[in-house]
Parts: sequence; C-alpha cells; structure tokens
Amino acid sequence: MEHHAMTTRYTKDHEWVRIDGNTATVGITPYAAEQLGDVVFVELPSVGKKVTKGGEAAVVESVKAASEVYAPLSGEVVEVNSALEGEPAKVNADPAGNGWFLKLKVTNEAELGELMSETQYNEYLKGL
Amino acid sequence: MMNKQGRPTAATGGDTAGFTTISGHSGLDHEEKLIFELGRTGKCGVDLPEPELKHDRLGGLRRRGTIGLPGLSEPEVVRHFVRLSRKNYAIDSGFYPLGSCTMKHNPRLNEKMARLAGFADIHPLQPVSTVQGALALIDQLAHWLKLLTNMPAVAMSPKAGAHGELCGLMAIKAAHEARGDRRTVVLVPESAHGTNPATAALVGYTVEEVPANERGRVDLEALKAKLGPHVAAIMLTNPNTCGLFENDMIEISKAVHAAGAYFYCDGANFNAIVGRVRPGDLGIDAMHINLHKTFSTPHGGGGPGSGPVVLSAALAPFAPLPLVVHGKDGFQLVEDPATAKAHDAQPYGRMSAFHGQMGMFTRAMAYMLSHGADGLHTAAGDAVLNANYVLASLKDVMTAPFGATGPCMHEALFDDSFLKDTGVTTLDIAKAMIDEGYHPMTMYFPLVVHGAMLIEPTETESKFALDEFIRVMKGLATAAKSGDKARFEGAPHLAPRRRLDETAAARKPVLRWIPSAPRAEAAE
Amino acid sequence: MRYLPLTEADRRQMLGVIGTKSVDDLFRDVPAAARLTTLIDLPMHAGEIEVERQMARLAARNVSAGSVPFFCGAGAYRHHVPASVDHLIQRSEYLTSYTPYQPEIAQGTLQYLFEFQTQICMLTGMEVANASMYDGSTGTAEAVLMAARVTGRKRVVLSRQLHPQYAETVRTTCEMADIEVVDGDAATLDDKTACFVVQNPDFYGSIADITPLSDAAHAKGALLIAVVTEIVSLGAITPPGEMGADIVVGEGQSIGNALNFGGPYLGILATRQKFLRQMPGRLAGETVDAEGRRGFVLTLSTREQHIRREKATSNICTNSGLCVLAFTIHLSLLGEDGFRRLAALNHDRAVLAADRLSKVKGVELVTPTFFNEFTLKLSKPAAAVVDTLAGQGIIAGVPVSRLKPNDPAAANLLLVAVTETVTPSDIDALAGALAKVL
Repeated sequence: MEHHAMTTRYTKDHEWVRIDGNTATVGITPYAAEQLGDVVFVELPSVGKKVTKGGEAAVVESVKAASEVYAPLSGEVVEVNSALEGEPAKVNADPAGNGWFLKLKVTNEAELGELMSETQYNEYLKGL
Repeated sequence: MMNKQGRPTAATGGDTAGFTTISGHSGLDHEEKLIFELGRTGKCGVDLPEPELKHDRLGGLRRRGTIGLPGLSEPEVVRHFVRLSRKNYAIDSGFYPLGSCTMKHNPRLNEKMARLAGFADIHPLQPVSTVQGALALIDQLAHWLKLLTNMPAVAMSPKAGAHGELCGLMAIKAAHEARGDRRTVVLVPESAHGTNPATAALVGYTVEEVPANERGRVDLEALKAKLGPHVAAIMLTNPNTCGLFENDMIEISKAVHAAGAYFYCDGANFNAIVGRVRPGDLGIDAMHINLHKTFSTPHGGGGPGSGPVVLSAALAPFAPLPLVVHGKDGFQLVEDPATAKAHDAQPYGRMSAFHGQMGMFTRAMAYMLSHGADGLHTAAGDAVLNANYVLASLKDVMTAPFGATGPCMHEALFDDSFLKDTGVTTLDIAKAMIDEGYHPMTMYFPLVVHGAMLIEPTETESKFALDEFIRVMKGLATAAKSGDKARFEGAPHLAPRRRLDETAAARKPVLRWIPSAPRAEAAE
Repeated sequence: MRYLPLTEADRRQMLGVIGTKSVDDLFRDVPAAARLTTLIDLPMHAGEIEVERQMARLAARNVSAGSVPFFCGAGAYRHHVPASVDHLIQRSEYLTSYTPYQPEIAQGTLQYLFEFQTQICMLTGMEVANASMYDGSTGTAEAVLMAARVTGRKRVVLSRQLHPQYAETVRTTCEMADIEVVDGDAATLDDKTACFVVQNPDFYGSIADITPLSDAAHAKGALLIAVVTEIVSLGAITPPGEMGADIVVGEGQSIGNALNFGGPYLGILATRQKFLRQMPGRLAGETVDAEGRRGFVLTLSTREQHIRREKATSNICTNSGLCVLAFTIHLSLLGEDGFRRLAALNHDRAVLAADRLSKVKGVELVTPTFFNEFTLKLSKPAAAVVDTLAGQGIIAGVPVSRLKPNDPAAANLLLVAVTETVTPSDIDALAGALAKVL
C-alpha cells in the first residue's frame, strides 16, 4: 500500500489526514491505535454530515477505553469506511491504510497549513 | 475382632504437571455447563397443583409456542448453582482490597433481620396502618444518618449510589429553578468516579473538570477561578478517590455558596470518617451514602445497593417523594405533590416506584445497632489505621504518589512508577495476585495517576491478614523488579479460568445462549 | 466488638510501623473545627440478642402478607419462592462477592448473568437483554432515554394506563433531561415522538394486543416500549416481542424475590440487536480463555459511566445482583412446564376470585380480560373500604386512589391481585367482608 507521505498531515490528537485533490481521508495514527489497544468498535458519522476543524467526527472504542476522533479539517463527510463495522481490527492492523475512518470534502484549504508534517509529528511523539 | 486391613497413609504422589482427568473436572473444581445445556423437557423442580380452568379471560392472547426454558429437578438446580458459586472469590473467602468499594465483612445477623416476616413479607401499598413498624424503621435509620452527618434531612428512596447522585443533583436543579436561577455547569475533579460526570450530564448540565494540585487534592485556586453565576454545583468526593482528605473542604464550601452554587459530596468513602467527622460540619449541601459500602449491606455480586441522600436546609424542601412523616396518627407516607405541599415540601418528583430499598434499610439498621456510636467510631479509625499500615509497609517497594503528603485515609494509592522498565504492568500485578489467592485491588482508577492501584483494606481485616498481604505484595514487587517475568506472563494460572478474550467478546458480542438445533421433544 | 479484629496490641504495633502516636493523629488533615471530640449521641454497641429484640419489636408492628387474606398487587406480587432459592443466594460466594470485574475469579456470577439474560430474551420474545436495572420504574425511565438517543427526538407519549408511579418516575427523569412527556394514546403520536410507552397487562389488569400500537408508533418513526409489571404473566400471554415492541422493560420481582416493602427489586430490559449499543446497564458476554475454554465477561463496557463518563448511556454502576440470582434460580426450578403451570394457576385463582367477588352486591368487575390482577368498582370509596377491612384482618387490595389521588373517577376502584398463594377460603373471606361493608 503506497502512502503519499508528502501530502499527509497530522494533528496533536493523533489523527492523520491525506489530501487528494479536495478530498481528505482521515484516520488515526499507529501511536493512537497502540494506546487504545484492540479496537472493538468504531462509531462513524453519517455521509453528508458537516464537521468543523477540531469538532468530533467519530468515536473509536477499545475494550477499556473510548476516544473521540476529531476532524483535522472542516468539511462535509462524503464517504465512511463501512468495512470497519464488521472488522474493527483493521484499525489496529493497518491504521494508516485500510483502517481509515472517513473522507471529507474540504471546505477551507487554509486549515491544512495549521497541521503538522510527518517530521513534525514524529518530533511531537518523542516529547510525549 | 480388630480391623486388620491397613492401607498406605504417607504423602506420596508429587508432581502432577501434565495430569489430565477423564471428566474434565479438577478435584473439587467442576466445569459446569449452562442450564440450557443441562435441562430437559418434562422435568420440573417445583410441585404445583394442576390448573383446572377450561376457558380463560386472556382476551385471545394466550401464549402459543414454547418459551424455551430448560427443565431441571431440584437436585440438579442446586448442584448447578453450588458449582457456579465455587468459581467466585468473595469477602468471606479472602481479603478483597477494592478501593472505594469498602469490601467489609457482611454480618449474617443482618440477613436474619431482613428476613423477619414483618419486614420481608409486607407490600409497599398495603394500608399504612398495617406497616407502622416498617415506617418506624425507615424513620429510625433516617435519624441515624442525619445524626452521623449532621444534616437536617434525608431522602431515603434512591436505589444505589449513582441514583443518589442523581437525586442530589435533581434537588440542586430544583432549588435553583425555584428562585428563577438557570445554571448550566457542574464542576467535577479530574479524579472523580465516572458516575459523577455521567450523572451531571443526565440532569442536563455540562461538566467542567477541576485539576488536582501536587498534593493530590482539588486545586482550590483553580476551583475558585471556575466558579461563577453559570455554575450550579461542585461534586467532590471526600475523602477523595486518591484516599486523601480534602483539607480545604470548608473554604471550598464557602466559595461555592458565595457563588450561589451548591456542594454535592459523593459519600462513597464515608467509611473513613463515620462517627469521627460529620460532613455537614464541612459545609456540604447533599451527600449520598452507599449503604452497601459503609453500612455493610452485601455486595451480592454487583447489587442491590441503596443510596439515601442527606440534604441541607436549602435543599431539604425539594426532596423527592415519598416522604415519611410522623403525626398524631402515627407514621404516614406522603406520596403525592398536593399532600407534600400541605407539609411545606416541594418535591421535584419521584425517583422510582414505591419507597426505597427496605431490604437494605433493615440490614443497615442491624449493622448500626450492632456497632453503635462507639463501634462506628472505632471502625472508621481501624479502617484508616489498616490503610496507613499497608501504605507504610509498601511505599518503599512500590510507589505511592502522595505518600509524602501525610497519612492517607481509608485507602492507599500506588502507581506503576516502581514497575518502570520491568516490562510488568499494573494489570500483570493484578493477575498475579489472583494466583496468590487475592482479589486484585482497584486498578487503573483514579485516572489522575498512571497505572493506579487503589487498596482499601477496611476495618474487618486482622493484622495477620494484612501482614500476609503485605508479604505477598512485597514478593510480587521484588519479583517484577528483578526480572522474574514467569510469574506474570499469562497470569492467572491457577484460577478457574485463565485470562479471557475481552476483545473477541466486544467485537462479536454473544449475549445469550442460542439453541443449536430444534429441541428434541418428549422421549427423554 | 465482634466485627473488629484488631486488638490494642495490634494497633500499637501498627502505629509503630507507621510512625504515628495515635489513630486520631492519622486524621490530622481534617480541619480541627470538624474533628469530633466526643462520640455522636447515638446508642452504644449492642450484641445480637439486643439487636434482635429491637428489630423484632419493629417487625411485630407490621401485618405480614402471609398472616392474613392478602390481595395487593399494583406492581409488586406475592408469590411462593421455593426454599432452595433463599438458601443458595446466601452462599458466601454469591452474597459477599462483588461486581465481576476480574472475570477469572467471578465465573459464577458471570455465568448466572448470562443465563438470566437468556431467560429474559426467552420470556419477552426479544433478541438481547441486560443484566438488570434497579427496578421496573427506573428501567422504564432508562428505556425512554434510550429511545430518545436512538431516534434523536425529545418527545415521549405515555399510555394513560401505565402504572402511575412508573409514569411519575419517567416524568421526573425526562424533565431534567429536557424531554417533553405527554399522556395519550396512538392518536397523540407525531413525527417528533421518540417512543410510546404502553403497559400490558395494563395498570388496571387489562390485556390487549399491542401490535396495532406498535404499528402506529413505527408509522411515525417512534419506538414502542412495552412495560410488564407482573413477569409471571409472560407464562400465559403473548409476549411483547411478538407484538412489535422495540424495547421491553419491567419488573422481575415476582420470581425469586419477596415483597420487601418495595425494594430491592429487579428491572428487566430487553431489546432488538440493532439497538444494542444504546442499551444501558451491564452486559455479560460469552468468550474463551487463553486455553480455549468457554468463559464469560462483562462486555461492551464502553457504553458505561466508568469509561464514557459524561457521554455514557446511563450513570448506572450497581445492578440488582443478588435479586437477579434469585430470579435465575427460581426460574431454573420452574422450567418451561413449571412456569407455564404457575401462570395458569395464577389465572385460575384470579378467575375464581373475579367471579366470586363480582357476585357480591355493590361490586362490579370492570376489566373483562386480566391475568392475575383485575379492577373492581365498589359502591363506596375503595380506600375507606380497604382500611375497614384491614381492621378486620383482611388486606383487600390496592385502592386506585392511593396512586391517583386527584382523579375522582378512581375513588371507587379497587385493584385486586390473586396469585397462587391465595386460597379459596381467602377469597370467601374477602367476599364475605365486602358484602358486609358495602
């Protein structure tokens, strides 16, 4: 699975976002997946839902914990990864690829600049 | 003639590793199926007379088809539930140091008293003239609770601690509404038990967290900064969930009241101070009391509980229905708002049908009468002494994040710092404790320290029991630190079950038995 | 004191290890103003003899149901509980154990909860049930909140034939959660309604096919919540799960549990698989252990307060543990045949009683269909009649005015419950007494 590392950005809450044109794919990082433990359920938003940057977009549950997934960018949900319904384990197996959560139609491209690059995110992780 | 037939009596046998039985049982430990797998049609464990009716009055809605319930005789049912019981750890079997749960001895006298026909075989709605003794008992228990807390009123009906929290917050909301004051926020410490924010949200409040200071107590200045006309209440636990007494309670209550808010106290940890400190003297407005913690009503595998709520003069008028009142005709139950008004009460509503957990009231009353003022005073002292003995004995091999701030109250908090770089976690320690014959302490709560281990011995543990526990915990800590991973890997080894797959249980929930094939009828 | 194992010598030794002079010294964080210097003004400790004496005196001032002809129902029913039940629940491992958070040493509790959940699904005709709520009334309130979450709506319709105290409990909970509560019927439903709460048999005892009500609710996108206050009725009547209910909630006290003056009881809550994640309360689930053996664990805990905190489906922590165990054991003893026979017996006795009583002058049966509880209309106010008969050693039932004091139409109505513990001579005694007083 090829990841376009150059166009992937990260948030302090451990979401990643990959831009392709004006669609953004969102998921959680391997660090977040490891912190959670075995993912047992993902609560995805409805297609068409409008989200604002930093607003709650999804919820991911492990056995002992539940965590909000925040929208890294403002936009409208155009697709959700319904495969996660039957197979939440995908989030642990491949958080940066098959374990993606949702796709957004981006409404404010300027917000991208506020996110961390992969290098910056890795530095951030070191400090935790 | 004497018996001439001897047989061997020395202890022979030795290593049983790898020994498997034909039955799948293991000596006194039996594997046990589900009743649905054991039952058969045509069997019954109860003898009932034959019904005679030819026609019914069920409106054409007689149940058709099978329900699916298994049939078993009485001996089979008894054996089933006896075998299941033997798979449970219990206070009666051993030390049960769950923090904030107060796993103290459950006196059997309480069971005997609760089962007196005059208490157990009375209906909540039979004429009040026929249940004066029951109402007198509720009144007497209420009296004890008010005196022990120095509060003027108590709502007896909440069915559990969390239900009591709901009652307290509802009374607070009603009190504000009665003076036309609409407030939206409840302050809750970071260390709060989950029921606190969950309850606040149920009553329509938003929750804001107040941080702790480096001494593990609520940060007074941070709290004061958050108070304002939008804050309805603060919910504090005292002693708090780190096992520490909140020294600033009185300042906090002054600040809270000055801001027009109310002070809810979570009484889960009342066992530390009962008979020695009265929460009313600390300025609280409402506090639920877990009768199944401080007053020993049995935990019963998870319930039932009982959570009466003591109330300040400001909140008392809003206590929910029903009210037990005493007049010239004896005790009366006030069950509707109009009658309540005649008694100068403005109940905000009703928490549940009927009157509260009478079965737990009788047990708690027996406990209180047995202990008396002197016994309760000693019990709280011994609870605190036992916890401090554990803290003092273990803080050099384990890490107590607030151990340096002074004595703890009835529970001692440790974190996983002492396990750093050992590869052993709090969870591993807990599971190894099971092999050692102990129920683990509360783990991963409170959330304010990492890998929390909260130990509450209670006053009903002997020094011998504590010394044994301390010896084992020291052994486990030493083992972890010296790299003895074997005892932790895959623990528990000796319990009726090894570690269970909770991930699979959550990913593909199976929450009932499913018949695999249509039941074979008759012939069995 | 018999429950306190520490001796003075123990205390001295322990204080030595701690490095403190006295137990009082351990309370130094308590502000001096709040530290009591004398014992609280309550009696001193007492031995068992004295405690028994005091409590027996209080108990003796109550008229126990078993000592007189007894006909009270209205949400709590007197049934015979086999002797084994109470004996088994008092085993140490059941009585003195805690919530099964460490499943490896709590398989006893977890397995019976799993068995209970299965029994409830079977009785109600639903797909999944939780491990109990506090009681039927709070369970109903929780079901309403659940429906509000599922539908995203904030309006609730309660049937006028719902138990009045259940309705009050729902109102109190909903008011605080900003949910509008309306008393009504199928015509009251609209597309802002989250649920329609219906009781069957209803508060007066009447039985109905609630399928049309379920259809009416579904037509508006609302859920149908069916309330059952007498769970033994499910041994004789079509269950709500076969009549379109989305959530079945109710009271399990009738099986395994004594009257206990109103508590502790146990609430049952069952629903469809699709609503699983919005269910409140504990759930026991099946799984395997590290050696592949079947075992049980608490599961889907992320719905609950200790994880979700303010976003939990409920604030509940405790369930009704021991009451659930008593239910499970009693129902295991009854089995299919016994449970159906018990239900049939209850109905038999109730029909006998209804026929006998409605022949008394001044007594009219107003519920032609019923299970084991029916409503009589008396020629005089029922509350006064009940009080008079209580003075004569007969507990005639629950006057509806006790639960509906502001409803003039309720004044002469009497709820009469007749279970397998009621004898023909009890019924004769009641009939005779009514004849005299009316």
